[in-house]
Amino acid sequence: MFKPFYYKSKKIILNSLIHIFLISVAITCIYPLLWMVVASLKTQDTIFKDISLIPHQFHLENYLLAWKAGGFGGHFLNSVIYTVAVVFAIVIISSLAAYAFSRLRFKGSKLLFMMFMAAMMIPIPGSFVALYMLLNKLHLRDTPIGYILCMVNVGLSVSIFLFKTFFDKMPQELEDAARIDGCSKFGIWWHVALPLAKPVLAVVVVFNALNVWNEYILALIIFDSRRYMPLQVALQAFQGEFVTNYPLLMAGLTITALPIIVVYLLMQKYIVKGVASQEVFG
Amino acid sequence: MKLKENLENYVFVLPAVTIFFVFYIIPFIWVFQLGLFEWDGISFTKVFVGLQNFKEIFLQDKNWWQSVRNAGYITLIALTLQNILAFMLAWACDRQIRMKNFYRMIFFIPPVLSEVVVGMVWRFIINDIEGANVINRALVQLGFSNLAHNWLSDLKTALTTVAVVHCWKGFGWGFLIFLAGLQTIPRELYEAARIDGANSWQAFKKITVPLMVPVIVLVAILTVLGTMQVFALITSLVGGEFAGHTSVPVLRIFYSMLRSSRFGYACAQGVTFGMMLIIISFIQYRFSKKDQPR
Repeated sequence: MFKPFYYKSKKIILNSLIHIFLISVAITCIYPLLWMVVASLKTQDTIFKDISLIPHQFHLENYLLAWKAGGFGGHFLNSVIYTVAVVFAIVIISSLAAYAFSRLRFKGSKLLFMMFMAAMMIPIPGSFVALYMLLNKLHLRDTPIGYILCMVNVGLSVSIFLFKTFFDKMPQELEDAARIDGCSKFGIWWHVALPLAKPVLAVVVVFNALNVWNEYILALIIFDSRRYMPLQVALQAFQGEFVTNYPLLMAGLTITALPIIVVYLLMQKYIVKGVASQEVFG
Repeated sequence: MKLKENLENYVFVLPAVTIFFVFYIIPFIWVFQLGLFEWDGISFTKVFVGLQNFKEIFLQDKNWWQSVRNAGYITLIALTLQNILAFMLAWACDRQIRMKNFYRMIFFIPPVLSEVVVGMVWRFIINDIEGANVINRALVQLGFSNLAHNWLSDLKTALTTVAVVHCWKGFGWGFLIFLAGLQTIPRELYEAARIDGANSWQAFKKITVPLMVPVIVLVAILTVLGTMQVFALITSLVGGEFAGHTSVPVLRIFYSMLRSSRFGYACAQGVTFGMMLIIISFIQYRFSKKDQPR
């Protein structure tokens, strides 16, 4: 009589303690973001006086001001363009290469693949110095195309690795059938391999999108012109100019953070999968 | 026919290899090469100085070594505080528990945000403008008003504050990898241990930890590589190196390049730092191989 009850209550207490622990950490995660959104709806006068999490008035005009006067509209568009262009290029280029590494025979394929993998492991913290010089030489510094090419390179190795791991496990019969039907190699890649790789494709897209949207240091050294800057760099510049206008800065931060949070919430499944597959790296 | 087919195969890898060659291999070589030169980034002539830059880094550049120490300090806090927290959270979520997916969703929000956003939001929260700092308010309420101060502009607390914010941003990564690792441990092992009379602590020590060693090492390596190269968080949270107290290696490289216009020196610093990172990861890797039970 007594013992099961003892175990049951012990279990309930343990579970409640675990929940308290988890909830307190969850609140710590959310609080700064809530604070950011709420602060973006206040005015400069009330932002430090009224510290409640529910503002008395919603000053949505802060967003309009940030979007137009703060220039965040243009920077937002830049970030979207860079992200879409880089992700699109990475998907095409890396899946092509991964397909070749996985299925086609040619001299040096092993060596080339090893090179990509080595690049994934070897950090070169000073590479931005060399990239700066390289882009200067190619007359691509301070141009969107220069930045896009650099970012494509950043995501290339990991994406090739992810695609190749998938293609290696793909059944050969499907390809044979397509070949008998008269499909060319490119046809097989486009019509058979890529559609089958949809789960990996999603992981590649989400991770590279996060990476490009959040990238900072390369954008910082590549762009001098304000009009080309993506959001992350523009935020720093904005903070320099409107140093005291906190509601506007918070509106800018919300504009920067919100798309990525929405993408994350929609694509959560693939992110979890992508992180789990990092285990292979060891 | 054979040749044509072969050439066609190369077309598949051509775009990737071209971009890789131009934007990875060439810069890679240049970094090593330029490390041996003194160059301001503009003039046509580069002066060959041999290993002079490296000599300067190792023998004279106190700022550089302070920045390495600072990054090491942040990394140490990330390795302990952040990863222990991540492991505990993963362990707590690796069971029949309600709202498991909800927690997982929330914990991974900070890692998807950019360092700039995280730095600026926390700067706004922590900076004690007109007493708006919540942490300070809480301290005052709890009766520790002497502890309440401007955390980021105090030399003693600035770096630790950076480290804590970094942990806030980073623990979700470790959590997800740990959780994925824990879920691969067969439940039967725990069942068997329970039948043999082991309590949960013994099961944790004898089953969970040994089986998780490779995952722990992976997280440790990723933590070291990620934290040592922290940059944007510093510039957005502190705004600079704060008289050296919050300088980190990447920031020093950046300053050598764009403030002092010493491109060669910046490359030498990059090479030195890259070597250090590779050696550290290698040691960690070897360490894990030796520790593994046969």
